[in-house]
Amino acid sequence: MPDDDLVFKALADPTRRFLLDLLFARDGRTLTELESELAMTRFGVMKHLRVLEEAGLVVTRRSGREKLHFLNPVPIHQIHDRWIDKYTAHHASALVDLKTELEDR
Amino acid sequence: MTSTTRTVQVHRIYIQATPEAVWTAITNPEWSERYGYRSPAHYELRPGGRYQGLASAEMKATGVPEVAVEGEVVEVDPPRRLVQTWHPVWGPEAAAEPATRLTYEIEETAPGVTRLTVVHDVTDAPSVAALVAGEVPNAGGGWSEVLSDLKTLLESGKPLAC
Repeated sequence: MPDDDLVFKALADPTRRFLLDLLFARDGRTLTELESELAMTRFGVMKHLRVLEEAGLVVTRRSGREKLHFLNPVPIHQIHDRWIDKYTAHHASALVDLKTELEDR
Repeated sequence: MTSTTRTVQVHRIYIQATPEAVWTAITNPEWSERYGYRSPAHYELRPGGRYQGLASAEMKATGVPEVAVEGEVVEVDPPRRLVQTWHPVWGPEAAAEPATRLTYEIEETAPGVTRLTVVHDVTDAPSVAALVAGEVPNAGGGWSEVLSDLKTLLESGKPLAC
């Protein structure tokens, strides 16, 4: 089951982030299409896609004889809810408080 | 891909709940008004049956009509698969686009763990595509937010604070 560790690990690689960006630009691509965008062996691309799939960031579906890859943004949204919102909300409000305090002097 | 107009969005989430609980949370308006857009979904659960996504109080306050989303049920296989059309009728752009097609796939992947995959075919409906992808400012977070919220509600009994 995908968890935060798998998502962070999957994102900690430039090739995998590039693959996600490719799918963000146009979803539902075959391995052959993705491979054509990278200077890497087919096997190498497959390995990266597998890591992304295990993290839940890529979902594959069959369409006729083709296997299509789709970006699944839900795990990133969950990480955003879990981590980013919490810290940015805190920092933003802390800075607003500081600004108010300094300006009121 | 030969066609550039065909657009399918896939959103997937794992939930610690039974497939039956996930099915109920999607098809029962008392559940659907508790997560996501807080919009109660009314289904006639048979092929050809009517689907109505009603506006939440917050949506009505911004001028969205009582029935915000219309659709027709295409396929019903509880608790595994639900196919329907989905057509927002508010907002001139989305309303002018053709109805989209929505498929819910519900699978138990381990005891008590359910994988929910939402496949939204938004062919020829770019503004609906942007809306459900959460790309329209001040119009909610789209499927990512709806599914995250659904997971939180089913697992903790409480929706995400918003």
